[in-house]
Amino acid sequence: MSLLEVEGITKNFGGLAAVSHVDLRVDEGEVVGLIGPNGAGKTTLFNLLSGALKPSSGAIRFRDENITGLKPHQICHKGLARTFQSVKVFGGMTASQNVLAGAIFGDRGQMSPKQAGKEAARLLEFVGLSAVAAAPARDLTLANQKRLEVARALATKPNLLLIDELMAGLNPTEVAQAMDLVAAIRKQGTTVLIIEHVMKAIMSICDRILVLHHGEKIAEGTPQEIATSRTVVEVYLGE
Amino acid sequence: MQTGKASWLRLRTPVLWLALLAAMGTLSLYASPYTVIMVTNILMYVILTVSWVLFSAPTGYISLATAAFFGVGIYTSATLGGQLPLPLIILTAGVASFVLAALVGALTLRLKGVYFAFFTFGLVELIKHLLLWYEVSVTGVRGRFVVSADNVTIYYIILGILVILLLTSYLIRRSRVGLALQAIGEGEDAAAHTGINVSAVKTFVFALSAVFAGAAGAAMATRWGYVDPYIAFDYLFSFTAVAMAVFGGLGRFEGPILGAVVFAFLRELLITRFPYVYMLVMGSVLVVTILYLPQGLVQLAQKSTWRRLRGHREPA
Repeated sequence: MSLLEVEGITKNFGGLAAVSHVDLRVDEGEVVGLIGPNGAGKTTLFNLLSGALKPSSGAIRFRDENITGLKPHQICHKGLARTFQSVKVFGGMTASQNVLAGAIFGDRGQMSPKQAGKEAARLLEFVGLSAVAAAPARDLTLANQKRLEVARALATKPNLLLIDELMAGLNPTEVAQAMDLVAAIRKQGTTVLIIEHVMKAIMSICDRILVLHHGEKIAEGTPQEIATSRTVVEVYLGE
Repeated sequence: MQTGKASWLRLRTPVLWLALLAAMGTLSLYASPYTVIMVTNILMYVILTVSWVLFSAPTGYISLATAAFFGVGIYTSATLGGQLPLPLIILTAGVASFVLAALVGALTLRLKGVYFAFFTFGLVELIKHLLLWYEVSVTGVRGRFVVSADNVTIYYIILGILVILLLTSYLIRRSRVGLALQAIGEGEDAAAHTGINVSAVKTFVFALSAVFAGAAGAAMATRWGYVDPYIAFDYLFSFTAVAMAVFGGLGRFEGPILGAVVFAFLRELLITRFPYVYMLVMGSVLVVTILYLPQGLVQLAQKSTWRRLRGHREPA
């Protein structure tokens, strides 16, 4: 069943089409990868999906509901959460307060503080940050801050999680751990749309991959198809 | 011994607050009329400072609109004085300031940093001159006499407003709204994507903080007897609130309260005792505080500060 359906979405910045007529479909339970060279419009697409930017044209349907033009907090409440390419943890707050905020506000304030606290502790455990729960978020390593963002986003109980470059700047061990984390997220029932530059990772964790170039979708298919696609190799992967 | 000490530490804060409240609540029984007036003045500044802190400290939005809300309170009192009982006038002033702040907040809280500060500063001047124009060309008066109340009544009203304000601040800090405010201060985008209705929270708390400045204005006007737009919308009230908060220290709940009390008391003392060097001493105290206690007066409560001031180095 399709969870997210995007039709002809376009975003113009002045004369520049950062994202141009992109169609996109994500089914429940999938892990879909979004790749492309720098400036291809991947993060802009995430900003459109999560409501940070309003599209110039096109429509976004999420769980059979038109969410085009909704505000970020409304989209979050619909069950679509995200992380950020340049980490945006609440630096002065502790790791557990970060996740607590997600649990309390992502659920439209329906959770009691006690439940929210339990949920936050569970998610910190899930992403492997229990040991640093009481540390201010700004003191965590980059890898851990990225995990913290994932936990904060998961705390809002999303059906779809947009992950923007979980692995950039991480060492090989951390990359392997991040891949395990994405697998675990899918296993607990959250669909994932992920932007990533680490090819080894994206090829092994995704069911399908979309390739953006100059704001346009130039290819879509299984990792196998993408790796052997003539166009993709030319514009992005290289010979 | 150890357990006795621990339970005392746990109880110390509430006990001290209650003792302070008891002392303040009976002030008119043992203090001279002059002391009552002076303490009223000091408490007024505490209200302006703490109400400013309520919104601006967690969010980092520097509001210079305190004087605007204070002035709206003053003019509510000046207009309605004698027509309604005093508590109702004060309530009306609070509501009027709330409405003004909600409108202004909804329009301007998208402005960030220095732009927001400038706009809120402009608001004070805008209202002052609109009012001046209205009074001169429509009602034909420049200033207004305010039906006055006696000093002890005003003192207790101001004390009441302050107690409600402190309780509100304390509860907000511990509530969902407080967590949301903190998250907004840490990163507005991330807060929005975490499900926080950023504009609603900001506008609500901004408006809530204005209630107290407005109420204080309405009460104080009854003591001043005569007001005109220049007295009521004096932007110094905005700057003083910010200065007092920073002077005391924004990091802790007690900081701004301490800052406002010491600042206001010092000013009262210097103006009456040393009128000629008042500004000089006041300025020096501020400069020295900022230099040696960048986190404000509350830093004096930390042992490490004393060690540092005596020239010892912090253990790394």
